[in-house]
Amino acid sequence: MIIDVDLHHEQGDFRLDARFRSEGRLTALFGPSGSGKTTLVNIIGGLIRPSAGRVCVKGRVLVDTQQGIFVPRHRRRIGYVFQEARLFPHLNVRRNLLFGRWFTPRREQIADFDAIVGLLGIGHLLSRWPSTLSGGERQRVAIGRALLSDPHLLLLDEPLASLDEDRKAEIYPYIERLRDEGNVPMVLVSHSVPEIARLATFIVVLNDGQVTAFGSASDILKHARLFPRTGPAETGALVEARVLRHEEAYGLTVLQAAAGTLTVSRLDLPVGASVRVRLRARDIILSLDPPERLSALNVLAGVISAIEESFGASVDVTLDCGGDSLVASVTRKSVERLGLKPGLPVHALIKSIAFDREALGSAMPGNM
Amino acid sequence: MDWLSPEEWTAVRLSLKVALVAMTASLLPGIAVAYALERGRFWGWQVLDVLVHLPLVLPPVVVGYALLLGFGRRGPIGSVLAEQFGIVLSFRWTGAALACAIMGFPLLVRAIRLSLETVDRKLEDAAGTLGAHPAWVFLFVTLPLILPGIIAGMVLSFAKAMGEFGATITFVSNIPGETQTIPSAIYTFTQVPGGEGGALRLTLVSVAISIAALWISEWMARRVRRRFLA
Repeated sequence: MIIDVDLHHEQGDFRLDARFRSEGRLTALFGPSGSGKTTLVNIIGGLIRPSAGRVCVKGRVLVDTQQGIFVPRHRRRIGYVFQEARLFPHLNVRRNLLFGRWFTPRREQIADFDAIVGLLGIGHLLSRWPSTLSGGERQRVAIGRALLSDPHLLLLDEPLASLDEDRKAEIYPYIERLRDEGNVPMVLVSHSVPEIARLATFIVVLNDGQVTAFGSASDILKHARLFPRTGPAETGALVEARVLRHEEAYGLTVLQAAAGTLTVSRLDLPVGASVRVRLRARDIILSLDPPERLSALNVLAGVISAIEESFGASVDVTLDCGGDSLVASVTRKSVERLGLKPGLPVHALIKSIAFDREALGSAMPGNM
Repeated sequence: MDWLSPEEWTAVRLSLKVALVAMTASLLPGIAVAYALERGRFWGWQVLDVLVHLPLVLPPVVVGYALLLGFGRRGPIGSVLAEQFGIVLSFRWTGAALACAIMGFPLLVRAIRLSLETVDRKLEDAAGTLGAHPAWVFLFVTLPLILPGIIAGMVLSFAKAMGEFGATITFVSNIPGETQTIPSAIYTFTQVPGGEGGALRLTLVSVAISIAALWISEWMARRVRRRFLA
């Protein structure tokens, strides 16, 4: 277990009750602002002492109020990347990066300076001063600085919140590489669904100081009711796929997922590369017959596995498509009219636009 | 340079020595007290705050007389120092340095406190998460960030020591070669017929030293700033 948290904290009127365990390589703490995400990472990082409870990271007890254990932040070995980079203004980039190294025992200095500098693309900045860096560069240096202190866990508190879309797009690939190639598990605080859909492997949902759900990213993203403040538009399924081939003549790329093939606009990725696709529930249409003579290119066959009980106008219908799980948002009226029920074979029409730009593993130009 | 008489030279050298010693000796306690007053909330905090600022508002002669009572040969502290350690402060240049240090202390502490106030505590938190013990955080993050304030405080303390008169003359008197600093020498010159020349020369020296101190501090502060904002 990478993170095991069970705690209660009170600060003025605000109450935080958090209880979850995560095994994920990248655990996202998701929730609207004011839901207690930052308080929770501050407790994990040792900046706040919780009123009561336990915090374990990689089997090590960091806080246990019953036993009177509170490991001070400088002995936790938990890296923290803050919203604002918090680089030391009196040190140049190289010294900022090496700051944590002064306090790490020699035999525990594993992180390779050159490798991390290369991974984050900050080699040309080493002799610069923090005040001369752009926002995106600062955050990359801050990530590098945290990694070079050889942390057992890396906390990222909305590190991209202050950046514009272009700068975010510049940093996402680095976080993905850390997730896939690095050996430090991460906790990412975010209130953006596209962001966690792209990055998270495990999601903890917070609302008003309560953990309302936690589980693997693909499980959590399927359920609209877990995102009360963002609305049903954000519900969707995560599908892992590989690039099967490019159809240069049409400017298209064909992806292979367990559910079948998906056609998207040309991706700048080699054949065989893996990508993540998010299929939003509102962009899926269900049909009892195999649709023909339609302009939509993406039709997946599947079986209804569950229909959400609902009193509202729309209902979430979960499909099993060859192992991949999809969610379609349809009206209650359609459910009745078509006689939808679990076990019924159906066809899912995916409006191509549903291939979420941010949710695609790597930068992709436009939608189709 | 023979435009100063040997006595005048002695007064200048002594003043510089007293001011430098006063400034240097009060630096570490100054940083500690500023840190305690700015960051700490402990029993006796207000007492310490008042005590530190007292020399700023009391007549210097009163401070000098209090020093004489406390640190004189027969005073409660002075007698212990003299008997146990053989240190005598009254009517010695070291006593002048003590008087100057105390008179300049509130200025030093205020300057450091002001810059501590502006230090971004979040940077210290960040240093903590990188594995730095609070003592190292202070040494490697806080201290460099308040360096401009420390420099400003040192200059103020030095300038105050160069000009200190009332507390010094009350505590250690006006002994040429031992406790006669520039201000007391100027005072003596103005009391004797024909002393105007000496008083004027020492005044010019005093002005020159003050300008030099300001210039050096400006130069150091600019170097520090340039490092931050380069």
